[in-house]
Order: sequence, then C-alpha cells, then structure tokens
Amino acid sequence: MLAVVRDLIRYNKEFTIGAVLVAIIVGFSCLSFFSPVDPTLVYLVPPERPPSTEYWFGTNSRGQDLFWQATFAIRNTLAFGLLVAVLSRIISVTVGLVAGYIGGWVDRVLMSINDVVVALPIFPILVLVYFVLRADLTTLKLAIVMACFGWPFDARLIRSIAVGLRHREFTHHAVFAGMSARKIMFEEHLPYVMPIVLSTAMANMIWSIGLSVTLAVLGFTDLNIPSIGTMLYWANNHSAMVVGTWWWIAVPVVLVVVTFVGLYLLAVSLNEYIDPRSRLRRMGGAALVSATSTLVAEGGAAPVPTLGADVRGEPEGRP
Amino acid sequence: MKAYSWFVLKRFAQMIVVIYVGVSTAFLITHLSPINPVDSMLSSITTRSNFSPEAIEEMRAALTDLYGVDKPLLEQYVNFWQRFLQGGDFGPSLLAFPTPAMTLVMRALPWTVLLLSTSVLITWFLGNLFGGLAGYFQNSRLLKVFGVASMGVQPIPYYIVAFLFLIFFGFVWPVLPISGAYAMDVQSGWNIDFILSVIQHAILPVTSLIVVGFGTWFLGMRALVSNIVNEDYVTYAELAGVPRRRIVFSYVMRNAAVPQLTALALVLGSIFSGTIITEQVYNYPGLGTLLVDAVNTGDNTTVLAVSTVAITAVAVAIFVVDLLHPLLDPRVRAS
Repeated sequence: MLAVVRDLIRYNKEFTIGAVLVAIIVGFSCLSFFSPVDPTLVYLVPPERPPSTEYWFGTNSRGQDLFWQATFAIRNTLAFGLLVAVLSRIISVTVGLVAGYIGGWVDRVLMSINDVVVALPIFPILVLVYFVLRADLTTLKLAIVMACFGWPFDARLIRSIAVGLRHREFTHHAVFAGMSARKIMFEEHLPYVMPIVLSTAMANMIWSIGLSVTLAVLGFTDLNIPSIGTMLYWANNHSAMVVGTWWWIAVPVVLVVVTFVGLYLLAVSLNEYIDPRSRLRRMGGAALVSATSTLVAEGGAAPVPTLGADVRGEPEGRP
Repeated sequence: MKAYSWFVLKRFAQMIVVIYVGVSTAFLITHLSPINPVDSMLSSITTRSNFSPEAIEEMRAALTDLYGVDKPLLEQYVNFWQRFLQGGDFGPSLLAFPTPAMTLVMRALPWTVLLLSTSVLITWFLGNLFGGLAGYFQNSRLLKVFGVASMGVQPIPYYIVAFLFLIFFGFVWPVLPISGAYAMDVQSGWNIDFILSVIQHAILPVTSLIVVGFGTWFLGMRALVSNIVNEDYVTYAELAGVPRRRIVFSYVMRNAAVPQLTALALVLGSIFSGTIITEQVYNYPGLGTLLVDAVNTGDNTTVLAVSTVAITAVAVAIFVVDLLHPLLDPRVRAS
C-alpha cells in the first residue's frame, strides 16, 4: 500500500498535486479543533476588516473572524462529503457486486432501477425534500437522501468488474469449496473493486459537496451550521460584493475550488492507476500499450472499466 | 431497421418508467410529509393581513376542497395522475394566485429549454472536437494547455463558476447584462431588437454553463481517442495514405463520438440541475428561478408542478438524445 503511494507520487504528477492540495485542506480543517472561538457566535470581533496580520482572512459583516470560521466551514463540508461518499459506497458496492455475481433477473432488475435513478434530475428532488422537511432537514438526513441518488454510476462500474470476476478461476474454486455467495462477494470480490470504490468515492465527494454548497447558497439548509455553502449564503445576504468585503466571498470560493481540484486530481490519477493501459502509456511506448491491450483482451484478466468512465469518474453533474 | 425500432421501443419504455417513478416520488415526498399544504398556504395568506377567525375557517374549508387533501392518499394519487395527463392541471399557484401553477411553469419552460439546448449543443460539439484533436495530436502545446485548464475548471460546481462570472461582469467589467432574459424596454415578440436582447442576455449564463461543461467532454473524448489511435485499423489507414483529416474525423472521432452520445443521455439530468442553478444566479426567468421563488413563498403547488415538469422534460430529452444514435452509428441503421 505504501509502496503504491510512493510510486504514484514519484511517477504521477496529478496524484502529487492532488495529494498536496487535499492535505492542505484537511490540515486546515483540523485547525478548527484548536479554535479559540465558537463559530456560531456573531459580533465577536470588529466587523468588515480586510485581511491583516491580526485577522488573517479578514472579518465579515457578522463580526466573525473568517480564519476560524473557514476552518469550521471546510471541516463540516468535508465531513458531509465523506458521509455521503461512505453511505452511497455501501449502496453501490452492494448493488454492483450482487448484480455482477448473481446475474440473471436480479441483475436485470437492479440495473433497470439503476437506469431510472440515473435519469432523474436530482436537484429539483432535493429542493422538494427541503421544502417538505424545512428545519427537520438535518445534515444526516440530507446525506442519506443524497446517498440514495449518488450510487448508480459507480454501481454499474463495479458490476462490470464483478461480471468479469465471476468467471475467474478462484471464484470457481470458492464455489466448489462451498463458500456462500455472500462470502464470495464480500470477501473474495470486494478487494478487487476496492480501488474503484476509492476513486469513485472522491468523485462522489465532489458531487455531493457541490450539491450541498448549492443548496446552502440558495438558503435551503440549516443556516446556523458553518459550512462553505452557508458562508457564501451569508456573504450574499449581506451583499458582500456591493459593500466591498470581497474576502468574505474569496475565502470560501478559494477553499472549495482547492478541495475540488485536489479531490478530482486524486480520483483521476487513481483511475489511471487502476487502468494498466494508461499506466503503461505514461511509462512510454505505444507498442507496449497495444501489446498489453490485446493481452488483456485475450487473457480476460482484470477487466478494465469502460473507457469513457475512465477519466470522467463520476459524470454526474456538479451543480 | 428492425433493430432500430426495437431499440426505440426499449428506450421509450424506459422513458415512461423514469417519468412514472420520478413523478410518483415527487408526489409522495410532498404528500407523505407532515406538512399540510392548506395550513402552509393559510399561514402565508394570514400573515399578510388580518382576517376574522370565521373567514380563516371558511378559507380553510375552501382550500381543503380545492386541493382535495381530506381524501385518502390513493385517491389523491389517482386524481393527480389524471389531471397531470389531461394537460397538467396542478391547481392555482400561491406565488401568483390565482394563476394556475402550470401556466407559470409553461411560461418559464421555454427559457430553460433555450439555455439548456444551446449550452449543451455548443459544449458537446466543442468539447468533443477539441478533445478528439487533443487525443490525436498528443504533442500539441495548445491542446495540452486546454487539457490542464479543463482539469482545473471541470470539478468546480456550476454555481461557483456562474457566481464568479457574475462578480466579474457585474462589478469588475460591466459590459454584459447580468440579470433577466431580455431588456425591459424592448417589445417582446419576433422582432430584431427583442431577439438581440435575448441573445445578449443569454451570453453570460450560456458561457458559464459551457465553461463548466467543456472539461467533461474534452477529457472524456481525449481518453477515448488516445485509445482508438492505437488500434490497428488506424495504423493501417495511416500506412495506406488516407488523408489525415479523414482519419481524424471519420475514422477516429466518429467512433469515439458514439459512447460520448450515450454519456450525454446519462448526464443530461445533472446538466439540467446545473442549468436551473445558473438561472437562479442570473435571475433568468426559467424553471430554476421559479422553483426557488416557489420554495421561498411556500408554494406547494408550484414546487410540485416544477419538479414534475422538470422530471418529464429531462426524461423526454434523454429519449430524444438516444434517438440520435443512428446518425452516428451506422450499425444501428443497417441491421
């Protein structure tokens, strides 16, 4: 595992940049644990001060120190993204492995559900959920609702791998040894899809954070919890651009953009690592690539996910 | 041709299922909630003025009758579908009482369709064109810059990009209109002034949609093409002296465009979500702005109407994109 990370850092520029960006963001969010102030309180410091040595990121019109405010905001936002990613991974891994291994009508039913969920426009539905629940829409509930919509692309990807694994020799061995289907799926097959699960988890975080920021900016969330979205909401609410407190908008925007680009680069480089053909291309030699691609095709080893999904990871939109 | 009609039939069935499931979800979310639309409507009406208790009770009875919320859920559900299929009568909106919610939605829908279709068409063509070129001419400096730029911009959500555009063109360099769909002082209708004004107002929202969407297609196409370039038939065509332009466009990019079209059908739903958010930023009078306004006024009917129409419209659009397949893939036509 460590050797893989070392190789990635050495040979893959995208991975290095992505890892550094994410590390910066995570480190910054960890500062919130040492914060001297409560982020929900207002009018603690002189309002509308530009960034200075005393207030590194300036202060906002609500009299909050933006530096500490931002540490809490990014922590909550990251935690939310992680929560949705974990929940939706549980669904997509289960659906993908079951559909791939059991096949038959189970596969057909699961994949048609999959196709329906893919086609639904998520944003109006989320707004509808907010509209109905209003103040009851806690972070956890929102995460569960989003997880229910965030799995289909990845489930299909995992299924395509599981279909290939079903015909591998070790699966036959396991079946003859009397292993139960559940054990085969979650003990034998799961390790093979783990890299995909990781890379799609990051793409999923981008998606869910993007949606939650959008909802928050429109005011469709609990506005007392500091997050990137609520920071932007309050900035808009106090007409930060008109007043001239540009740092109030710049801080969350820069943070969220750094987070997105970092996560995206990590997801892309992991995807590339999973697909041996693109890894070989990076090392050089088109001949090598075509040689291995025929090898892969003939030997049926390690089925590669569809090429389109390769870079795109999770083509779900980021509102 | 038989295969194609089978394909169309399957897609059509899928569209029906998507519409059915989506609309039912929207219905159930609004109706299984503890919040009563009559109560929320009453409270928002009575906060504006003072009525006598009797008048409020009368109003409650009238509204209950109007929305039929005292009936069992199943009956409401059947009623809802009946009225939806008979032209989409969802009842009067609260936002602009007593205009029917459907009228509001139909007024907003063309603007969303305009934004969505122009931006999707431009983005898809440009992204795939440049992505294909970048995959084929892998040493081009300019195209490499494109790649890095789209990698940087691609993961940023629609909202942030639209918002940054708004700040830039609203405060730093105010050359383009940042709000509305047309200028207030032009006569709406099919005249030159109006059309020019509409185009002028659409530039910013469409551009911000293009900027975000471009990267997805660019990177996807580049990956596809850089794999196809290594195929034997491309090498053979090159050795046989087929003109380069022909290899790039008809041999390589055409093949890569088929999965990209499938991908377009898959992501249309989320592009739509992006569009309605962009609308909200630029105060564009489309479905997105209507949805947000309706939520803020607590207008149950309009929220349900917008969601229903949005789900239906996206499903139909996906179906239309799927129908385009034989244009690109001759195998579908031939068999």
